[in-house]
Amino acid sequence: MRRDYDTYLRQFHEAKWDEELIFELSVPGERGILVPQPDEEIVNEVGNGIDRIPETMRRKKLPELPELSQPRINRHYLRLTQEIMGMDVAPDICEGTCTMKYSPKVQEHMVAHNPGLVDIHPYQDPDTLQGLLEIYKKTENMVCEISGMDAFNFHAGGGAAACYLGACIVREYFHSKGDDKRDEIITTIFSHPCDAGAPATAGFKVITLMPGEDGLPELGALKEALSERTAAIFVTNPEDTGIFNPHIQEYVEAAHEVGALCYYDQANVNGIMGITRARETGFDLIHYNLHKTFSSPHGGMGPGCGALGVREFLKPYLPVPRVEHDGERYTLDSDCPQSCGKIREFLGNTHVVARAYMWIMQLGAEGIKEAAVCSVLNNQYLMKKLSEIKGIEIMFAEGKRRLEQCRYSWGPLFEDTGFTSLDVSKRLIDFGYEHIWLSHHPFLVPEPMTLEPTESNSKDDLDELVCAIREVARECYEEPELIKGAPFHAPIHDVYCDENNTLDKIAVTYRQLQKRRAAGTIHV
Amino acid sequence: MSKKTVFPYIPNSVPEIQREMLDYVGAEHVIDLYEEVPEKLRLDRDLNLPKAIRDEQGIKRHMEHLLNKNANCNEYDNYMGAGCAQHYVPAVCDEIATRGELLTCYGAETWADHGKYQIFFEYQSMIAELVQMDFTTVPCHCGGQAAATGLCMASRMTGRKRVLLPKNMNPENLSIIKNYCSSVHEENALEIDMINYDPDTGRMDIAELKDKIGDDVAAVFLENPNYLGVIESDAKEIGGIARENGAEFVVYADPITLGVLEAPGNYGATLAVGDIHSVGLHLYAGGGQAGYIASPDDMRYISEFKELVDGVTETTVPGEIAYCIVLINRTHYAMREKGKEFTGTQNNLWTAPVAVYLALMGPQGMQEIGNTIMTNAEYAAKKLSAIPGVSMQFKAPFFQEFVLNYDETGKTVEEINKMLLEEKIFGGVDLSKDFPELGQSTLYCVTETSDKESIDHLAQALARTVHA
Amino acid sequence: MKKIGFIVNPIAGIGGKVGLKGSDGAETLKRALTLGAVPESGKKAVTAMRELAEAQNLFELYTYPAEMGANICEEAGLEYRELGEIASGHTTAADTRIAAEKLKESGVDLLVFVGGDGTARDIMDAVGTDIPVLGIPAGCKIHSGVYALNPKTAGKLLREYVEGKVRETIEAEVMDINEELFRQGIVEAQLYGYLQIPRETKMVQHLKSGRRYSESVSVDMLSSYIADIWEPDTLYIVGTGSTTAAIMKKMGLPNTLLGVDLVWRKKVIASDCTEKQILNVLKSGKYNHVKIIVTVIGGQGYIFGRGNQQISADVIRMVGRENIIVAASKDKMLSLFGKPLYVDTGNEEINELLSGYIRVVVGYEETYVTKIM
Repeated sequence: MRRDYDTYLRQFHEAKWDEELIFELSVPGERGILVPQPDEEIVNEVGNGIDRIPETMRRKKLPELPELSQPRINRHYLRLTQEIMGMDVAPDICEGTCTMKYSPKVQEHMVAHNPGLVDIHPYQDPDTLQGLLEIYKKTENMVCEISGMDAFNFHAGGGAAACYLGACIVREYFHSKGDDKRDEIITTIFSHPCDAGAPATAGFKVITLMPGEDGLPELGALKEALSERTAAIFVTNPEDTGIFNPHIQEYVEAAHEVGALCYYDQANVNGIMGITRARETGFDLIHYNLHKTFSSPHGGMGPGCGALGVREFLKPYLPVPRVEHDGERYTLDSDCPQSCGKIREFLGNTHVVARAYMWIMQLGAEGIKEAAVCSVLNNQYLMKKLSEIKGIEIMFAEGKRRLEQCRYSWGPLFEDTGFTSLDVSKRLIDFGYEHIWLSHHPFLVPEPMTLEPTESNSKDDLDELVCAIREVARECYEEPELIKGAPFHAPIHDVYCDENNTLDKIAVTYRQLQKRRAAGTIHV
Repeated sequence: MSKKTVFPYIPNSVPEIQREMLDYVGAEHVIDLYEEVPEKLRLDRDLNLPKAIRDEQGIKRHMEHLLNKNANCNEYDNYMGAGCAQHYVPAVCDEIATRGELLTCYGAETWADHGKYQIFFEYQSMIAELVQMDFTTVPCHCGGQAAATGLCMASRMTGRKRVLLPKNMNPENLSIIKNYCSSVHEENALEIDMINYDPDTGRMDIAELKDKIGDDVAAVFLENPNYLGVIESDAKEIGGIARENGAEFVVYADPITLGVLEAPGNYGATLAVGDIHSVGLHLYAGGGQAGYIASPDDMRYISEFKELVDGVTETTVPGEIAYCIVLINRTHYAMREKGKEFTGTQNNLWTAPVAVYLALMGPQGMQEIGNTIMTNAEYAAKKLSAIPGVSMQFKAPFFQEFVLNYDETGKTVEEINKMLLEEKIFGGVDLSKDFPELGQSTLYCVTETSDKESIDHLAQALARTVHA
Repeated sequence: MKKIGFIVNPIAGIGGKVGLKGSDGAETLKRALTLGAVPESGKKAVTAMRELAEAQNLFELYTYPAEMGANICEEAGLEYRELGEIASGHTTAADTRIAAEKLKESGVDLLVFVGGDGTARDIMDAVGTDIPVLGIPAGCKIHSGVYALNPKTAGKLLREYVEGKVRETIEAEVMDINEELFRQGIVEAQLYGYLQIPRETKMVQHLKSGRRYSESVSVDMLSSYIADIWEPDTLYIVGTGSTTAAIMKKMGLPNTLLGVDLVWRKKVIASDCTEKQILNVLKSGKYNHVKIIVTVIGGQGYIFGRGNQQISADVIRMVGRENIIVAASKDKMLSLFGKPLYVDTGNEEINELLSGYIRVVVGYEETYVTKIM
């Protein structure tokens, strides 16, 4: 019988193995794998390689790695993976800003097994890498069309790294024009923290705009901040609140008026693909997260790809080598004197680009837009349902439609019951939801909760989640004991994470742990 | 057939369900969902993308066709390394790294993703054991970034701006370091000073180091083995010179060497950095790069890490161990104000195959693999340098890479490599552009993936090529 | 086992409901009682303390007799030890101070008190920043930052404290308004000093968003920045508060925490100035360049007119808007939850002049742009 997802609460329990640290499973002498030994004839001819190591550089004591049989190692790590709730097993709707979508298995199989991708070397003659370079160039062309930019680079391993690369390009651009006054960048408080952090790393001063009453940055604030010192604005739109800034074009124009560049952090692009583009809005640089929007799995945080797109005039500043097509063959061009240099070895995460290529090729123009539309529809559906739950509030932009995500507030719940959004998050695990993404820092919305239901989730999935959230909110008011002890169905109980740790209280490696145990400062 | 496509990855693309949901949110048509997007900004046409390949079989075939255009290192014998050396990846590594629970997880906290945090912890522990340092984090983007970050940390710790880098270092690493060390205002940038290498041995020129070191130097950076393959046997002395002058000693070490070569922590490195691609990751044309940074158990270093670290903690149940992000009170060790930093998606997935790899190998395996690699490489060097016109550039011991010089063959590396390609061999990396002082030189990399037969084949092919 | 001290100011808030805007002073209290006011603070205190009932085995509770604590502990079902003695029904501010001192002497780890701004001042006078404290709000004036949002959240924070989940403390302002003037419709808030309060820390979202700095690191960074861009040939008028004090410390200069100091060529030329003294210096004609450094006071977001009235409308007019440096930690800015900054110089023209957008220094080379109303 089909379940009624408006009322169904899943009976969930995560695996709990109480698995040892691998070091503590070690049995001296056991082997996990045998490695090829040097050919006898070779040894007869040149002796053993290690005998040539200069005395000063010979390892005196073998590393104390665990010694274990293969079945035990395999079992150990399989058990640990069972204590993880990836998107494949639990719909990660609650991890807002992260665009948790399904990573099609046909892509994963290709990436994991095809030797034409797995076993190739970056310095091979480009003639022997034509397939890879074709994938790079065609993916570039496709994301150029989706964004309206003129060129892309795929070297950055994540969104923040792309943002840093963008800041380097801004720096080199003004440097090459002899304009050395521009040392400020402007961002907004609801943009991703990397929009401030990455340019700061590149040497810029950072000015952050606080929001106005509607939750959006104010044009007046931007104008106050803009000057001949402004190198660029780095903004997200829609911001993490899911609110599309209808005046975004005026912001871009105001920045351009003082000679600044405009960087568009498009981590939140999922809801607007095929609807609106960075080019028409006037942006000069953008980045997409191929590991979010274009379906590469997140891998517990990477490897990913921050695809950096630029308009034609900034193309000379992109990292090398650039993939080009001369009409017949694909080449790697490193002769770019204005290039800002490299931020990552070789060509970046090739496997992520390959997945994005496959994903776009499968969906096409119609499917890309359908993904955007369904992600927005899912979000608006979820918002309307959740807004009816006691304890939840939706701040800013009342009555306005949000795009692919929404930052909710459990402020009323906190004032009524003292429970926080983190308390809600912990209890939701017991119903099969791994996590609520509360907010990036800063926590401007009280007791935040950011949900992004992406196109991968069905109406049933959303209904089931609403039901679980409604139940947790009810418990906060009526059965507080259930919240205080949560989670009950996870591999471990509530942890205490102290911000006030001293060094003798932390251990991030087994070596440290042994030292701390011996010193009696750590007891587990 | 209905006009509207139902996409298998988009459940709510079913028209009836979409209609029901649109009605619920009060939208007549899908475009009404976008009323906050100004009309002038809306794209008034369809995206101009290639015709879609909707069926799974079709996309698989399409992709295989494309990837078949690449020559791969299974059908060809590969002798290129240069920071991306080919090593065997055991099956269990792939088995774990492709598990959906792990592959598709993200930022969940320790309650739900306990296994993930335990994997991080075990990864950190094993890397720390290899380099003989106590503190490390989940991996960063690549070894080059790890090196750059290490140098920036050293600069912040010492308050000094000049760093000494070896001229025999990896050019990709150098390019990344240059990028990270620049700043909008030149006075905030790090000043890079290069130390030459001894033309006979290929090792760092210690006399020049002594000449250039001073109390304004933040760090001395050493790759060991260096980019040209040579083992820096004076590493301890170099570290001593750095420390005497109050500079940090940042050592870039390849984990695959550390079953046989001394650990950086045991010869005076104050920061160990490197790339972990060699221990359990596939080549992926460089897509398997990931960096590590390790330091001693000392707040002076630890407070400079930009990554968040995973450590042990207690739960509300006495005796229960948990792994989670640990934070340290940095108030007393306040970061130097100008030490700006950002973090974000890096390479956490790779902690799993690397942890599996090191667990499979154990101490014995790491020692044996080191010996096999060095033995194979020595044999290859002997065979190849015996070819008339081909000579070894440096006399010092090396690990898996060595430089051959073709000057006396009258041919360029490029020409020879083109011919080797005909023999299904990827010859050594051409050094003539990055190291013009070495003439027509090439960097060969020989690992456990080669055997006598393939090396003999290489030697014969090279001999034919050189004399063709 | 933690030791918790607990003090109730039984008459806190008594004036509010009868429109007396506070209960400071014996006369007011008498009037309040004749007007039929009933002590409210006790009820609020019970709400908070009940949260601790289940965690009784984790702490020892020390309190004062009758309505100053013991009654509330009884009602909340808590075991306690009683210290001191009081004249029940006739307690005064002096009792609060004596009780606080006594409890401190008995070695409590945390002192919990129930009251309003006046009570906070008494506690501050008695214990300073020697031990952490936490206020349960019950007074009618709550301008001080030492209070929890409401009694319920106070209780929850207390429980986490005794469970060992909250260990960090931060500095919070003790503010009060002059009740005499307040009753005449004039708000004149003063900064009286600081107390240490426990800070709730959350283990959340670190993975993606990077390291978060504590409040003190943020203040340290902005202080370094302002010190680095300090112009020697400019006269600096340095306002009140611990943020500006941190800047002065970074400059290696002595500072009046609750007063206004003048700095010229990296030397303090006048301390704890009145408005008149500042104006005299400005009018001397010796200083071509003048800047004002102020911070954001309290949770309400005032930069002028609360606790720094010495920097008056006339002073601001002479210095000019463009020469005002506002500095505040990120935490403090964010605690405003997106609300603007306020000014209340008592002069409409100057208030108008100040309104608009301003940059607030929040870190090293880092500023926030926000609105002034």
